[in-house]
Amino acid sequence: MPHSPADPPHAVPQAVQGVPTTLHVNGRRHALILDPRATLLDTLRETLHLTGTKKGCDHGQCGACTVHIDGRRANACLVLAVAARGCAVTTIEGLGSARGMHPLQAAFVAHDGYQCGYCTAGQIMSAAALLHEPCGDSDDEVRELMSGNICRCGAYANIVDAIQDVRGKR
Amino acid sequence: MQAFHYTRAADVAEAVRLAAPGGPGDRVRFLAGGTTLVDLMKLDVETPTHVVDINGLGLDQVELLPDGAVRVGALVRNADLARHPHIAARYPVLAQALLSGASAQLRNMATTSGNLLQRTRCVYFRDRAARCNKREPGSGCDALGGYNRNLAILGGSPHCIATNPSDMNVALMALDAVVHVQGPAGARTIALQDFYLLPGDTPHRETSLRQGELITHVTLPPVPAGTHSGYLKLRDRASYEFALASAAVVLRARQGRVVSAGIALGGVGTRPWRCPQAEQLLVGQPPGAQRYAQAAQAAVEGAVPQSQNGFKIELARRCLSHVLSTTLPPK
Repeated sequence: MPHSPADPPHAVPQAVQGVPTTLHVNGRRHALILDPRATLLDTLRETLHLTGTKKGCDHGQCGACTVHIDGRRANACLVLAVAARGCAVTTIEGLGSARGMHPLQAAFVAHDGYQCGYCTAGQIMSAAALLHEPCGDSDDEVRELMSGNICRCGAYANIVDAIQDVRGKR
Repeated sequence: MQAFHYTRAADVAEAVRLAAPGGPGDRVRFLAGGTTLVDLMKLDVETPTHVVDINGLGLDQVELLPDGAVRVGALVRNADLARHPHIAARYPVLAQALLSGASAQLRNMATTSGNLLQRTRCVYFRDRAARCNKREPGSGCDALGGYNRNLAILGGSPHCIATNPSDMNVALMALDAVVHVQGPAGARTIALQDFYLLPGDTPHRETSLRQGELITHVTLPPVPAGTHSGYLKLRDRASYEFALASAAVVLRARQGRVVSAGIALGGVGTRPWRCPQAEQLLVGQPPGAQRYAQAAQAAVEGAVPQSQNGFKIELARRCLSHVLSTTLPPK
C-alpha cells in the first residue's frame, strides 16, 4: 500500500538566511539577497520581472526556460540563482527588441515559427546558441541539436526553416 | 524544495571539509551541473540540509598525460568533453555516448562527475507517493509488476530493478576508466568496474564512494594503435530520450584478430553493465558476424525480464551485435 508523503525525520534548517548574490543579466548588475532555493528561472521572472523566459516543465525537459549563461545555452529551471553569481546571463529581452530584432526573431516571424508562442523565447535562445556551436548543414542536424526544446503546437517544420534561413542554408 | 544551507567551496580541501557532516541529521550534497540534483530536490527526492557548490574548484580541464592516458576533470561539462578534439578522435565511443544523451542545454551544464552519479529515471523513485526501496529503504518496490518497461533485465534484485540511465557511464565502463576521489581520509582511486554496486537488499547504496568523498578526476587509459570503438543507443524516439538498450564497444585488432575487447551495455542493467563473457568470446578470434552474434547472446545470458520489458533481451542482443559489426566490420 502506498504510504503518504511525509516530511523526512531529520532536522531541516527552519530559517535559512538569504544569500547576498550579484547577478549580471543582459549587461545589468543586480545586487540581490536570495533564498538559496530560488532557481535562476524564478529569480529572472519573479524578482527581476524579466518574464520573457518561460516556465514549462520546471524539470529540464521542455526547454522553455532556455537562457545563455556565459554565452552557452542552459535550462534556467535547473540552475540555483545563487550558483549563477559571477556569470553573464542573457535572456530573450537581452537578445533583441521590437525595434531591433535579432535575425532569428525576424526569421521566426517571417517563417511563422510558432503558434501559441509559449516555447518561442526558449526556441530562439536555443537557436541563437546553436549558431555558434558545431552543427552540420542538414535539417536533421538542426533537429538533433534543437531536440531539447519542445513545441506542443508542432511548429517544428517552420522553426527549422527559420534557423536554416539565418544560417544561410536555405 | 526543502530548505538548505548553501556554501561555495574555493578549493578541493575546503569542499571536503565542508562535506563533513556537522550533526547526525545532516545530509550534504555537492552541487556541480545541478541537472540531476536540483531536479530531484524539487521533487523532495533529494533533501540535502547542506549544499556545497563545487563549481569554483576548477577541475575543468582535459589533460593528456605523458603515458598517453587522459585525465578528465570532474567539472568538465559533457558538451566540452564530447567536443574535445582528442576525445573525438581517439575515444569516439565516449564522444558518441555523450552526444547521444540529454539535450544540448543539459550537456552544457552536466559534468563528468555528476553524470557518474546520475540517479535512475524509474518513475517510482521520482514519485514520493510511491514505494521505492532506493528512495526509502524498506518501503517496497512498486516497479515490480508496475510500470517497468524501461527498467533493468540485468542485475536486479527482489528489492530494486532501477536502471542506471547514463550513456557516458557505459562508454567509460567499456574503456576501463578510473575514478579519482579525495576524502577526509585522503585521496584514492576506484576502478569504474568497482564503482557501482548491485542493488541487492541495499538499493539506496549505489556506489563505493565513502561519506564525504569528492570525485576530482576520471582517467582514461591510453588507446593503443589498432583500437576501434563505438556506441549505439536505441530508444523510443530519435533524440532526447533515455536508452531502452545501448552498447559501447572498444575493440583492438592486430593481424586480423581481436586482441582485446571492452564491452558494456546501457539501459538494461542496474549499473552500467560490463560483459566479460562476451569479451572472452571475441579475444583471439577474427572479427566475424557469427562470433559477434555469439558474443551478443552471451552478454544477455541470465537476463530476467519483468512484466513489461522482455523485449529488451532481444533488443540489447541485436544492439550489441550491430555495433560490433559497424565498429570492427567482419572481413
